[in-house]
Amino acid sequence: MELRETQLDNGLTVMAECNDEAHTCSVGFFVRTGARDETPEVAGVSHFLEHMVFKGTPQRTADDVNREFDEMGAHYNAYTSEESTVYFAAILPEHQDRVVDLWADVLRPSLREDDFDMEKNVIIEEIRMYDDQPPYGADDRCKAAFFAAHPLANSVIGTVESVSNLAVDQMRSYFEERYSPGNIALVGSGKIDFDQLVRKAEEVCGGWQPFETRRNLPRVEPCQEFVTLTKTESTQEYAMEFALAPGSNAEERYAAKVLSVALGDDSGSRLFWDLVDPGLAENASLGHYEYDDAGLFVTYMACAPEACRDNLQRILDLYRQAAVEGIRPSEIDQAKAKITSRVVIASERPRSRLFNVGGSWLHGRPYRSVREDLDALAAVTVDDVARVMEQFPLTRNTTIAVGPLDDVAAPE
Amino acid sequence: MGVQVQEFENGLVLLGEPIRSLESAAFTFLLPSGAAHDPDQRRGLAALTCDMVQRGCGERDSRQFIEDLENLGVDGGESVSVAHTNFGAAMLADNLAAALAIYAEMLRDPHLPAEQLEASRQVAIQELRAVEDEPGQKAMQELRRHVYGDPWGRPGCGDLVGLEAATIDDVQKQFANCYQPRGTILAVAGNFDWQQLCDTVANLFGDWQVAGAADPPTGGEPTAGGHIEHDSNQTQIGIAYPCVPYRDPDYYQAWGGVGILSGGMSSRLFTEVREKRGLCYSVYASCHSLRDRGSVLCYAGTSAERAQETLDVTLAELQRLAEGIEPVELARLKARMKSSLIMQQESSTARSSAIARDWYHLGDVRTLEVVGKIIDDLSCESINAYLAAHPPSDFTVVTLGPNPLEVSLGTA
Repeated sequence: MELRETQLDNGLTVMAECNDEAHTCSVGFFVRTGARDETPEVAGVSHFLEHMVFKGTPQRTADDVNREFDEMGAHYNAYTSEESTVYFAAILPEHQDRVVDLWADVLRPSLREDDFDMEKNVIIEEIRMYDDQPPYGADDRCKAAFFAAHPLANSVIGTVESVSNLAVDQMRSYFEERYSPGNIALVGSGKIDFDQLVRKAEEVCGGWQPFETRRNLPRVEPCQEFVTLTKTESTQEYAMEFALAPGSNAEERYAAKVLSVALGDDSGSRLFWDLVDPGLAENASLGHYEYDDAGLFVTYMACAPEACRDNLQRILDLYRQAAVEGIRPSEIDQAKAKITSRVVIASERPRSRLFNVGGSWLHGRPYRSVREDLDALAAVTVDDVARVMEQFPLTRNTTIAVGPLDDVAAPE
Repeated sequence: MGVQVQEFENGLVLLGEPIRSLESAAFTFLLPSGAAHDPDQRRGLAALTCDMVQRGCGERDSRQFIEDLENLGVDGGESVSVAHTNFGAAMLADNLAAALAIYAEMLRDPHLPAEQLEASRQVAIQELRAVEDEPGQKAMQELRRHVYGDPWGRPGCGDLVGLEAATIDDVQKQFANCYQPRGTILAVAGNFDWQQLCDTVANLFGDWQVAGAADPPTGGEPTAGGHIEHDSNQTQIGIAYPCVPYRDPDYYQAWGGVGILSGGMSSRLFTEVREKRGLCYSVYASCHSLRDRGSVLCYAGTSAERAQETLDVTLAELQRLAEGIEPVELARLKARMKSSLIMQQESSTARSSAIARDWYHLGDVRTLEVVGKIIDDLSCESINAYLAAHPPSDFTVVTLGPNPLEVSLGTA
């Protein structure tokens, strides 16, 4: 596997991890824009725009777009997060040119008003669907409380109200402020003909006019709160805890991953043994998420409503004890073995490598091969993990409980 | 090399598909311990037993069992369907034999510790309750219950009455009857040597004793669909109609028709229900198969006030299928399938579960080449002939939401 990278004159990055042994390839456009780049008046516009990209261009109707992807047998989709909007397709290598051509065209969308009005209904259905699945609202509420005035507090999907009030002109302005070629990378993985990728990119993206884009990176000043959100129709009680963690450019992110697996992996972790194995909670886990200027430790727990208070106390006690006593070397080895195995298995699929390669560009950090990533993981020590716990205490968090209970007492 | 088969004298079937280009290996155990095997008054016993066998075996207590697997980097999971308990795992290929040895101990010599029954029961009950907070999943569960009747329409998780009543004797009985070689399939895919694998499996399972459990009764009376009151934004719609099962020579004709309805974003349901009318975020149809019966299961979720239109449009599309499909639609379906088959080859997990499923349904395994040939041979004429003989009809409709809907069928 070999990484190749270049930049067009207009600032568009073209990069690929080329693997001649692969049977397939994946191609994606990674745009450095997301919910954090939105003002409150246009909450949800990044995600709505991601839908509108499939609605056609001066050359293609929406039906043409869907049909052409399907004609290639592409497995394709898109997603929007706080910091990025990503359009990707897994294909057979013979379709490399055609898929780049199609993505490049749709990334200059017409944004027609009647399509906009119709798609608004789909987005509202998406929000209502999530709203019927109790834990989902918790995520946005917890983020808002934790990050407060910081842009990472913004909801990706927005609300029925914010999306209903959006006008197509606001979306067009947002597009013109964010989709500059300097803010976009064309990324490939698997069996990629890189020289051809660059030639094609020149042809179909070379004419995109560059302009300046900015992202605000104000200081993160996290809040500590405890919130109960009542949803009478919910069967279980759900809790989420957000705490600060190493961000996407911190070398400590490897130690943070090891810590999250040792404390809160789905099985074999401390949360598993204390809460899930004894049947006290349906789910209890800890994950690590990375952003440009911060990282997050997210604790998630689901249980019977009457068990919620005690379970939150158990989690708090467990985190306190870990901070005092540290993580044992055997736990660290076990976590590393699990992560290593998952990384290697995932890397067998070009479509999974695409996100590693694109992810490093999104975060503005140097590319690392699978081997280099695993070496960095192997180098994590007991002390590294202890340092992460000291600098990023899991006990300093914002917690939200969502479910049928009117009021959940905070643990002590 | 294709797929290798070894049938042991005790009935265990070992399937192997070596894929030398991978670093990983994955296996799937299908044990004849599904919800259909649950005694009537003990629904959920298979799920409970599945949890209990993982609480220690041989020399290992439950903690040692999980730690040993995780130190080998074994990424495993388990689930209970109506026909089977499924244990699946992926790992670096070097650790395959060691992982199989631990699973052999779990399947043959678990402790089934009485003092942990309550914990297991709570785990199972919480999984049951979690479904209540996923209205879409719940609607589809109810749909299968109506379509297949009892016992083959049961969900894997059982019911509260059965789970609360189950004793340690029940668990031991279930284990003794159903964790046995007759009817068990072990499928392995990835980077391994077939002869070595045969030797390993012969050592681990060659002297596994057959139990005399009876197969669950076939048949079961379907019941008419209906409405479930649910306090939610959206109404969940589940629609089913009969379809030949996987083992039927005409299965791929039926599958082709459904692929035109639902698959890529240019498929009929996505186009008519979501793209043209903006009625919902999620709509799909797929073939579902028991060994002796099958159906097409179709889902849409939408706001209560638009649910009637969604149901009407969806039913109209299902009925219109009988009028036949177009060559361009079939060409797109074939392109999608061609890339899917090649992508399957990049995942040991996908292959191990696919070949296990094949054996259960067919008593044989289709290689990717064989499936590729079947797909190539599909034509509009052959699919249309099937659709003319089996027009979508005899619908079962289940809705879940604030208001019931009218099922009105056109004169298709």
